[in-house]
Amino acid sequence: MTIELALFYLLSAVTVGCAVMVIASRNPVHSVLFLILAFFNSAGLFLLLGAEFLAMILVVVYVGAVAVLFLFVVMMLDVNFRRLREGARLYWPIGALVGVILLAELILVTGGWAFAGGFETAAPIPSDPSITNTEALGRVIYTDYVYLFQTAGVILLVAIIGAIMLTLRPRGTLRRQDIAEQVHRRPQDTVELRKVDTGAGV
Amino acid sequence: MTPAPLLDLMPALPEFLLLLAGLLFLVIGVLREGDGVRLIGPLSALSLVIAAAIILASDKTAADTFGGHFRMDAFAAFLKVLIYVGVAAAILVSQNFLEDERIARFEFPLLALFGALGMGMMVSANSFLALYMSLELQSLSVYVLAAGHRDTLRSTEAGLKYFILGSLASGLLLYGISLVYGFTGTVMFDQIGSLLRDENASLSSGALVGLVFIAAGICFKLGVVPFHMWTPDVYEGAPTPVGAYIASAPKLAAMGLLLRVLIDPFGAWVGQWQQIIVFVAIASMLLGAFAAIMQTNFKRLMAYSGIANIGYALVGLAAGTRDGVDGVLVFMAIYMVMTLGTFACILAMRRQGSYVEDINELAGLSRRQPILALILTILMFSLAGIPPTAGFFGKFYVFKAAIDANLTWLAVIGLLSSVVACYYYLRIVKLVWFDQAAEPFDLPLRPAIGAVAGISAILLIVAVLAINPLFASAGIAASAIFH
Repeated sequence: MTIELALFYLLSAVTVGCAVMVIASRNPVHSVLFLILAFFNSAGLFLLLGAEFLAMILVVVYVGAVAVLFLFVVMMLDVNFRRLREGARLYWPIGALVGVILLAELILVTGGWAFAGGFETAAPIPSDPSITNTEALGRVIYTDYVYLFQTAGVILLVAIIGAIMLTLRPRGTLRRQDIAEQVHRRPQDTVELRKVDTGAGV
Repeated sequence: MTPAPLLDLMPALPEFLLLLAGLLFLVIGVLREGDGVRLIGPLSALSLVIAAAIILASDKTAADTFGGHFRMDAFAAFLKVLIYVGVAAAILVSQNFLEDERIARFEFPLLALFGALGMGMMVSANSFLALYMSLELQSLSVYVLAAGHRDTLRSTEAGLKYFILGSLASGLLLYGISLVYGFTGTVMFDQIGSLLRDENASLSSGALVGLVFIAAGICFKLGVVPFHMWTPDVYEGAPTPVGAYIASAPKLAAMGLLLRVLIDPFGAWVGQWQQIIVFVAIASMLLGAFAAIMQTNFKRLMAYSGIANIGYALVGLAAGTRDGVDGVLVFMAIYMVMTLGTFACILAMRRQGSYVEDINELAGLSRRQPILALILTILMFSLAGIPPTAGFFGKFYVFKAAIDANLTWLAVIGLLSSVVACYYYLRIVKLVWFDQAAEPFDLPLRPAIGAVAGISAILLIVAVLAINPLFASAGIAASAIFH
């Protein structure tokens, strides 16, 4: 129990620290890298909760796809972040106000929940220790919800077709490898023997 | 562990057909660079017609599959047949336009096909999760299609605007769904319905707020006031055949969704959602009638006309009765035919190789192309609701349902606003028949465009003879969602 507690505080502290660094660091690439670290630590927190599927999905989707996409955008688009930051000082009172309001709301909600009591909470689905989260999800996704799962696949297919249709332009200068043409080339079509006089050009 | 029982997938047979066809055409299109659209357009239309034929031939008793998320019943069948045929017609009229504008890419019919798949799933959705997924599938296809003319600023703007506002609407919808799920504990329509019909259950205000958000999200997809802002810009900016596509089948699908959600799970709360629908209907009818007067661009005019027409349809829904839903279904069927026919006429407005959209270009059309002028006149008379065209019967049934439900004042507002709307429909008729002739449009008329315009005009005329069978089959469809 104490090891879990120590791990929880370690991971939480690193997550919060990373989150602060995401907005505090001057270099945008560092910001994205801190964001990735924050995702990893959150995945660790999910593991502590016993939600191993969610943890892996967080790593795969957010670290593997979203954060890397951010990194690409930051590095490929020449955005002058220093200029963007100018004037940020002017807005800090508004930012602080929003932060204080959010904090007050959180305190109200958790305080009310902790002290007032008597709230009806939805009954959680009884967990079966014999099967893992992944297996439990797999059992319903491919049976009860197979229709929705397949529909999601068709939607993604349409998205790919749409993205290609709207962005791909056939360019004449593109040189693709045509294997059939390469195989069917005959020496007599392409190789020419010439008699070259000594000392003269071709 | 015992193996799970095999799913009965027969109710979703049309969806499987369309999905497999879409995947196959994707491979064909990628392998055949260049002329893919000439092959895939007709093939997509053919597969949609086959899917519609399968539905017509199949048993119409309600059947659930995929754990209750998907329901095939007479209601879904009625709307699916219309949607598939409508999308097939929109694909056929688009072929020449895409080639003329040098944007002939095989993705156009393919995305229209995937959109049709999404629309079919929308009217079959039997849980809030299925509702959201199918709505996104349809919306995503339409966003891309609207931006399909990617080298023009207006098309890109239309796509982006539609996408951003559509995402906002999806957010509203999801928020509403989460509230309903939180307060009822389920996403399945049947369970929510029986929960709300239970007299002992207290009316939970949280779920009511959720219902408002869900209605707002679907109203955005329908493009009704106050969620109409995107409609004129998207209709004008998107390539014209995509406009035809957006204006026809997706409206039917969104209307089907709204009908099913309000009647099936929330049927016990008629008194609650009636106020929303009445407000939206009045605002849409009035805005559609007055804002269109100033328009000279035919596509923008059709956008406002569409807003007003969905408003008329909602009058039938506001009644909340079986006859009201029956009237809405008949109205939407006729609306789709009128819209496709009118957009086909807009596609015929082509002068010296470039497309024109201003209504003044139609001046004196009767002297140059009398048949096209006649078709356009029938379409405009029908949109205005002048008997004996079908448009009259559509309005008649929804207004009659409203009067029967003691909403006479709503029907009166509807009638008055359709009188105002007559002005801009009849102005086009006047331009066509009585004004000085402008230069003629390019001849000959493209066969697909001529066929769609002609068939829609003929359908609107012969509807007088077939209105009772149509009303009866819509009645069977409407009964399917009432408990």
